[in-house]
Amino acid sequence: MATLKELSRVEERFVGGHRLCAGCGHGIAVRMILNAAENSNVVVGCATGCLEVASTIYPYTAWRCSFIHNAFENAGATISGVEAAYRALKKKGKINEDFKFIAFGGDGGTYDIGLQSLSGAMERGHNIVYVCLDNEAYMNTGIQRSSATPTGADTTTSPAGKVIPGKQQPRKDLTAIMAAHNIPYAAQTAISNWQDVHKKAKKALEVEGPAFINVLSPCPRGWRYNTPDIVEITKLAVETRFWPLFEVENGKWKLNYKPKKYVPIEEFLKPQGRFRHLFKPGNEHLIKAIQEEVDNRWLALLERCGETPELPPR
Amino acid sequence: MTPYNPFNRNFGSGTRTKAVRPDMKWHEMTRAGNIYEPGNANTYETGDWRSIRPVWNKERCINCLLCWRYCPDASVIAKEGKFETFDYKHCKGCGICAKVCPVNAIDMVPEEEIEKVKEANKDEN
Repeated sequence: MATLKELSRVEERFVGGHRLCAGCGHGIAVRMILNAAENSNVVVGCATGCLEVASTIYPYTAWRCSFIHNAFENAGATISGVEAAYRALKKKGKINEDFKFIAFGGDGGTYDIGLQSLSGAMERGHNIVYVCLDNEAYMNTGIQRSSATPTGADTTTSPAGKVIPGKQQPRKDLTAIMAAHNIPYAAQTAISNWQDVHKKAKKALEVEGPAFINVLSPCPRGWRYNTPDIVEITKLAVETRFWPLFEVENGKWKLNYKPKKYVPIEEFLKPQGRFRHLFKPGNEHLIKAIQEEVDNRWLALLERCGETPELPPR
Repeated sequence: MTPYNPFNRNFGSGTRTKAVRPDMKWHEMTRAGNIYEPGNANTYETGDWRSIRPVWNKERCINCLLCWRYCPDASVIAKEGKFETFDYKHCKGCGICAKVCPVNAIDMVPEEEIEKVKEANKDEN
């Protein structure tokens, strides 16, 4: 495992001067993942979203590598096209160097709009890495609900009011959907654990064939928490088992982190303004329902990973 | 011959390295308005977004570089595996570096106070 001292010697590929909000999780996640690519040549593709909009405002680009953006729904198709062209040119001897292909999409461009093109890219077996930067809503257009938004969250299209308490539906488990494509590598990680992100990004880049990484990347504006607390909030998401860290390597599920203690989901919900309405008197049953869902998902995940399905000790 | 550097290369653009600037006329532009300069967002300064400024405390710093890891704006400059400086031209003052620091070696100081100190120093001279 490389230390930060060694990693900090790798040249920066995502430079300052991009227009992401102060304290945005995307900047952190992208820097971590591109840092894991070290000195290899990288081609980055982006789905439309906060990251694309903020990093490539004309005539500026924050990327010190090849960059391609096409549209919201086809980041997977675009990067697989680039990869196919590269393979053809390499066969003809017109390119001699090796390249890595990374696509970044937000949760809107991955869970919802870009799912078909991503699924196609994974099925065709291109040698690419798709990274989903999950901030749990369409933050770029003003916090609309997506299928990554957790139950009970207040967004502009699932507002918490007197009758309906935020989003009604449970969130989609995209990493499991990607693992069901039988790809060589699919993983779920969070920025609070940088070793985990680095290890998974490295593995995904090294693997031959398609790889998928789902990174939890909080949004201070949409989640409504105190901006500097980003690492703490992400850590709580992992500790409360809301966002488990796991990987699926050639169909084998593996849990990377098991909390030592049972941390109730309230700890994660409380600091966030988007869940404030859940703590009003009379809404206890909503939190209970969320806790139940989290516990059930955790038990199902443990079973998949071949561990004894039991909750952590209280 | 310049040493091989995978960064700062003009893939597919040959020898053209003309920079595109916002104040350019249409006939001065590159073909199709392509940007041939990688990472030219560096010339755009986001430092004036900041209302609080991270200030490094050299005595307390243990060079763990967690601040470097968690800076979203690549504004913590590390050199030879050690903390070097803050890039105040791009730092947006989010305060994450001060929060992740395990030894509290980074203080977040309001920009007004820094202005005041500057003013006071000016009077003395």
